Amino acid sequence: MAEREQIKKPAPQREQSDVEDAPAVSGQGEELKAELDELLDEIDEVLESNAEDFVKSYIQKGGQ
Amino acid sequence: MAVPKICGIETEFGIAHTGTEDSNPITASSLLINSYLSEVERTGEGGPASGVSWDFEDEMPGNDIRGIAPLGSLAPEIETHLVNAVLTNGARYYVDHAHPELSTPECSNALDVTRYDKAAELILNRSMESAARVLPLGQELVVYKNNSDGKGNSYGCHENFLMARSTPFSQIVVHATAHLVTRQIFTGSGKVGSEAPGLTTAEVPFQITQRADFFEEEVGLETTLKRPIINTRDEPHADARLYRRLHVITGDANMSEVATFLKVGTTAIVLAMVEDNVLPREFRFRTPVQAMRQVSYDLSLAKPLELADGTTATALEIQWDLLDQARKYADSHGLDAVGGPVGDMVIDRWEQVLAGLEADPMTLARQLDWVAKYQLIRGLAQRHGLEPDDARLAALDLQYHDLRPERSVAARVGLETLVSVEDAKAAISEPPTDTRAYFRGQCLKRWAPSIVAANWDSIVFDVGDEPLRRVPMMEPARGTADHVQDLLADCDTAAELLARLREPRSR
Repeated sequence: MAEREQIKKPAPQREQSDVEDAPAVSGQGEELKAELDELLDEIDEVLESNAEDFVKSYIQKGGQ
Repeated sequence: MAVPKICGIETEFGIAHTGTEDSNPITASSLLINSYLSEVERTGEGGPASGVSWDFEDEMPGNDIRGIAPLGSLAPEIETHLVNAVLTNGARYYVDHAHPELSTPECSNALDVTRYDKAAELILNRSMESAARVLPLGQELVVYKNNSDGKGNSYGCHENFLMARSTPFSQIVVHATAHLVTRQIFTGSGKVGSEAPGLTTAEVPFQITQRADFFEEEVGLETTLKRPIINTRDEPHADARLYRRLHVITGDANMSEVATFLKVGTTAIVLAMVEDNVLPREFRFRTPVQAMRQVSYDLSLAKPLELADGTTATALEIQWDLLDQARKYADSHGLDAVGGPVGDMVIDRWEQVLAGLEADPMTLARQLDWVAKYQLIRGLAQRHGLEPDDARLAALDLQYHDLRPERSVAARVGLETLVSVEDAKAAISEPPTDTRAYFRGQCLKRWAPSIVAANWDSIVFDVGDEPLRRVPMMEPARGTADHVQDLLADCDTAAELLARLREPRSR
């Protein structure tokens, strides 16, 4: 393929801190945040009501 | 040229029996599968081949690719007494150890594997519903498609790839290790906390994969203890003079179809490149086991991995290099070994995902499980002011993988799909058309009463008036619709099929 050289990405030159601390706020940042808020509302609804017991009782022995 | 990278996934699911104190995972798993099998049999839908059991004749999981298993290696035991069904889509559905497990049929490409993996989710779904109908009121079996209970117990999602026996195993080890360690940045399903000895949730609040904590060796035969990055099980389920089967045990079970597709697709391409000996550079890690964990713990994707030659590279850099080689390989050799156009699709996706990871991983929340989960975990923690070790975060982590549609968190995050619901549903009972799974599935569909047992590389027929007949299928790329469709259409009974197969050159 002729455009291979253009497609190839150079080794990344990144600021080490930017991804870990402040992701998700790009161009459509506000829209994404609203979407996530809506999703979290829904998650709050479906999440097991007694998280502590649920997590404690989930035990899976004998796996590969 | 590389042999066709015929591939499949075997997934061990987590299982919880709710509403009772008196539960046992083996009984629960058996009940789950048996209630599905009997319900589908009763309703006459496609799916399980009734009365056909798994044939253990060729099971030799203790064989080691390196020839002799090192002293102290623990070969897995075969459990022959538990439920073990063969489905008409060519898959195997069974109790393994203390988990329900489903192995997809052999597929010729990563998209088909993704389709059968989705069908597996539907089968497990249906199994939960069937079990609910036979359990006492208030009890339920709940299935999770994940790989850890958060308490140090892990269960696997293994991939299998057909390889040429002639490929030097040392070459597979070096390049597959480089890929398996670094592909985690897109194959990970994400996990709250760490289960590696000595690490706490304070030190690792969230990591990219479910499985990285559980690997302790570079190469070995074990799958349940001292798990190795490269597993040496030598059980090709095919002509052993020509083939081996690379059994990959490092992967996470994915909810995201894109992640499953890339996990299998990129690995198939890397293995084809190893076989065709086109990879110019060897990335040998100074300490592969540590590298595995380092990649999983580094959400910034920025920390360089130490290589044995004294230089360093990040997981992303190694992935970019492999992608670049894959593009060159597509030009020089073509991608027929990995499904032709599906191979091109893999390469395009691979690039898209690496570019996204490089720019800002959070842009991939609809493609990658770990990103989707991380956003939710972080969002929930911020909303309620939760500490990293709060049980609600661990609960959200588990519930991401809950396969009940009404509870599944993954089903709510808008993950991009590659397979239509109709195609996934059809794959519950229809085998792939372009591997030997076609022959297995069609025979089971049509002549299950005349079949005693089946496994990956043979079917045992009992047509009444003669001794049991084993039909071997030692070539995974034969027995396709192209090869046997007409033959099967010509036969009304299994006896006719056996008679035709006896004729010289009939297959």
